[in-house]
Amino acid sequence: MNAPNTSGWKPGTPDAPTGESGIVTVTGNRGLMLEEPLIFEIGGADTCGVDLPEPSGGADRLGGLARSEPFGLPGLSEPETVRHYTRLSRQNYAIDCGIFPLGSCTMKHNPRLNEKVARMPGFGDLHPLQPESTVQGALAVIDELAHWLLALTGMHSVAMSPKAGAHGELCGILCIRAALEARGDARSVILVPESAHGTNPATAAFAGYQVENIPATPEGRVDLAALKARLGSDVAAVMITNPNTCGLFEREMKAISDAVHAAGALVYCDGANFNAIVGRVRPGDLGIDAMHINLHKTFSTPHGGGGPGSGPVVLSEALAPFAPLPFVRKVAGGFELIEEEDGVAAAPHSFGRMAAFNGQMGMFTRALAYILSHGADGLRQVSGDAVLGANYILRSLQDVLDAPFGKTGPCMHEALFSDRGFAEGVATLDLAKALIDEGFHPMTMYFPLVVHGAMLVEPTECESKASLDQFIMALRSIAERARAGDESLHQAPQLAPRRRLDETRAARQPVLAYEVGG
Amino acid sequence: MRYLPLTDGNRSAMLDVIGAKSIDDLFADVPREHYLTGPVEGLPMHAGEMAVERHMRRLSKMNLAAADAPFFLGAGAYRHHVPASVDHLIQRGEFLTSYTPYQPEIAQGTLQMLFEFQTQVARLFGCAVANASMYDGSTACWEAIAMAGRVTKRSKALLSDGLHPHYVSTAKTMGKFNGDIIVYAEPKLLAETDFAALAKAVDSETGSVVVQYPDILGRIGDMTALAEACHAAGALLVAVVTEPVALGALKSPGEMGADIVVGEGQSIGVGLQFGGPYLGLFAVRDPKHVRQMPGRLCGQTVDAEGKRGFVLTLSTREQHIRREKATSNICTNSGLCALAFSIHLTLLGEKGLRALAAENHRLACAAADRLAKVPGVEVLNESFFNEFTIVVPGDARQLVRDLADKRVLAGVSLGRLYPDGDRREKGIVIAVTETVTEEDIEALASALQEALA
Repeated sequence: MNAPNTSGWKPGTPDAPTGESGIVTVTGNRGLMLEEPLIFEIGGADTCGVDLPEPSGGADRLGGLARSEPFGLPGLSEPETVRHYTRLSRQNYAIDCGIFPLGSCTMKHNPRLNEKVARMPGFGDLHPLQPESTVQGALAVIDELAHWLLALTGMHSVAMSPKAGAHGELCGILCIRAALEARGDARSVILVPESAHGTNPATAAFAGYQVENIPATPEGRVDLAALKARLGSDVAAVMITNPNTCGLFEREMKAISDAVHAAGALVYCDGANFNAIVGRVRPGDLGIDAMHINLHKTFSTPHGGGGPGSGPVVLSEALAPFAPLPFVRKVAGGFELIEEEDGVAAAPHSFGRMAAFNGQMGMFTRALAYILSHGADGLRQVSGDAVLGANYILRSLQDVLDAPFGKTGPCMHEALFSDRGFAEGVATLDLAKALIDEGFHPMTMYFPLVVHGAMLVEPTECESKASLDQFIMALRSIAERARAGDESLHQAPQLAPRRRLDETRAARQPVLAYEVGG
Repeated sequence: MRYLPLTDGNRSAMLDVIGAKSIDDLFADVPREHYLTGPVEGLPMHAGEMAVERHMRRLSKMNLAAADAPFFLGAGAYRHHVPASVDHLIQRGEFLTSYTPYQPEIAQGTLQMLFEFQTQVARLFGCAVANASMYDGSTACWEAIAMAGRVTKRSKALLSDGLHPHYVSTAKTMGKFNGDIIVYAEPKLLAETDFAALAKAVDSETGSVVVQYPDILGRIGDMTALAEACHAAGALLVAVVTEPVALGALKSPGEMGADIVVGEGQSIGVGLQFGGPYLGLFAVRDPKHVRQMPGRLCGQTVDAEGKRGFVLTLSTREQHIRREKATSNICTNSGLCALAFSIHLTLLGEKGLRALAAENHRLACAAADRLAKVPGVEVLNESFFNEFTIVVPGDARQLVRDLADKRVLAGVSLGRLYPDGDRREKGIVIAVTETVTEEDIEALASALQEALA
């Protein structure tokens, strides 16, 4: 086991960087850009940033399994801790710093009111297994948020417990499978468009289904005729993203749903792009049977560098009886939490539990505060402004960037470009990295897979026109360099905390934990 | 509206560039019969910050916060003191409002933190490699069962009777769909774990044996012999830790031979929050199993100038590359909770974690001794860390509800977790952390005594 390095600060690399300016610094720091060692290089086995009583060595009922050997967790004092993480934070780009136009990810402003609300003691300091009489306000929050989600989607019921979008997908697919099995109609195949998020086929496979692709039309939508031709008694469900990952609304969604239902199958909708249509289109009107809603996308709960998320799933009447435990039920004088204790009687067809406890309560409070702030009118403006911003980007750049599906009509909340027209040897990756030097987070790259060198730009409704104009100006300039074959693009980024990182080395010689001298 | 920067003038200018007359025109692909022409009916309109805060505060006051009562609940979620600096640091916008670090040149803060987190978890668990987090302990547990199935090519999993019943339910749900055979029986109220029986039950069809440490009743079992039995039969031992603070006092599962160690990281750095978001921990003892792991992994590398840096790596296991052949469908994980865990553990260090664990154990021993003196109360455990089970005469579920009405949050009744009776309806799991005072213990003892009189 590795002991913490107690010998003090050591720069990670011997050669001080020179960078663009040619100025060499002895620390490796460059003004406000500060290098920061690992906690294992600066922390100590005897350092502690929390005041605790000295162990008295009295009681031991540990069953003879007391830990004796050191195990190598370094500690830092409080000031050192604050400094370490503050320095690390400054090496990150974030929405708080500027536009974060990752397509499909919906990086919108995270209101701080929501953080304040989630931390109210009545929400933050509440145990999931407290008696119902002591958590009525928490159950009311779940019920109120559920009410909004149902009204906005026009669906019959909602399962609140899934922990993120992919977990919600699994919830929806398990409901579908349980419903099919309940009618004695086990089916084996789920159809997924090629443009789908990777989570869709992964989810279907995890739930025990074979995955087959649905072809697309040349204009980037589901090929209804081909879909109809494939439907049959072996198809359990179709998973469709609407608006789809090409940034287009599936015009024939209702006809797709009708065809799927006529074949005895069910319709799963990936709701990752709900932000484009919230307040304007209700998926329930389009024949959807199940759809997850990423609260961390449409309803602004923070992405936190990769989670936590929250993925409630709205369900049609046909699927509602199969929803997972636990769930909240309104009764005279308050709310009940229906879980194992209540037994089979309360939910005879439920497919079971997907996770411990009651769902992502900390995300529910944030999402509800966001929804109440916007209201029905504000949420409609959210989708309107999100779509307006994306179309503004699309039309402002289509003379320098190829928009494969943007020629004939408007896009939804994201603008999709391809690398067509770039000079030989210049790739989407180069353009993305050049955006970093201009002070922007790049768009989603190489997704969806159906477009060569895809660049998927989702500005969200939270950008001012000035912010959009600056982004467009920068992207235009880089696109022109890409078309002209500017070799220097391969060097980008040159002004970020790190140059391009060697991902091949990371995968071939994996170093996944700190080792002394590492 | 305060979150929308565009003015009507901006909107008009942008529509001119687009060549559209109105925002509604941009939704031309939506069939008219499905397009709403005004706000969704029956819902309130926008509200100011004060009004929203007032509404949410009113709801929050309908709950009894843990801090406002003597509080002894655990059973997979634990109330510990979280230093103020933890919550301050995770709210720095550069952490809070960033995304999964797909562009490593401008995400080194998150990536270095994840590398540190992975190392901390691996060392705490006695493992070689930990991932960058899962949703929570229960989902990490079923992912471990699924992974053991991939490694061993066997579908049977033996679950200890001491595994958290929600974790069991979650595994059973998955088993119904992915073909895993879950073997499990609810616990008897005994002082001993079932590890010895499990060691005898492992056979050539067993892919994994899953034990909890300390278990749902608070019991602590030595898994050394069980690990040997598993390995002799070609099965993997999965250890579940729902209270990682315990590992400041106890030998790690990795030291005893567990192959996959998963856990619920909530108790370090993350508040109770009525059950979520929490933090799934996932680690393997043998590096050769890394390529079968679910979830994101952060690895060290160098940049074009040779400077050390970090990236997400081995992503050919993951859904965005591998699609239906991925090791898991997980995408978003619990990044911000991992940050809170890592900061809190950095503040504690090994010295602090040991002291924290010792204080928990001292108070739990004091509480067990005091409650044992209440007439009618029997303490089940011979071994425990900061949580133990008491047995009372009569229905413990109702007793816990009655005590809550007197503003004493007494613990988790086993009847709530195990609906099928047996003697379990008489059990209450009591957790005692450093947040519990001597007065709280006395309040619980006298409330119990009064209720049982």
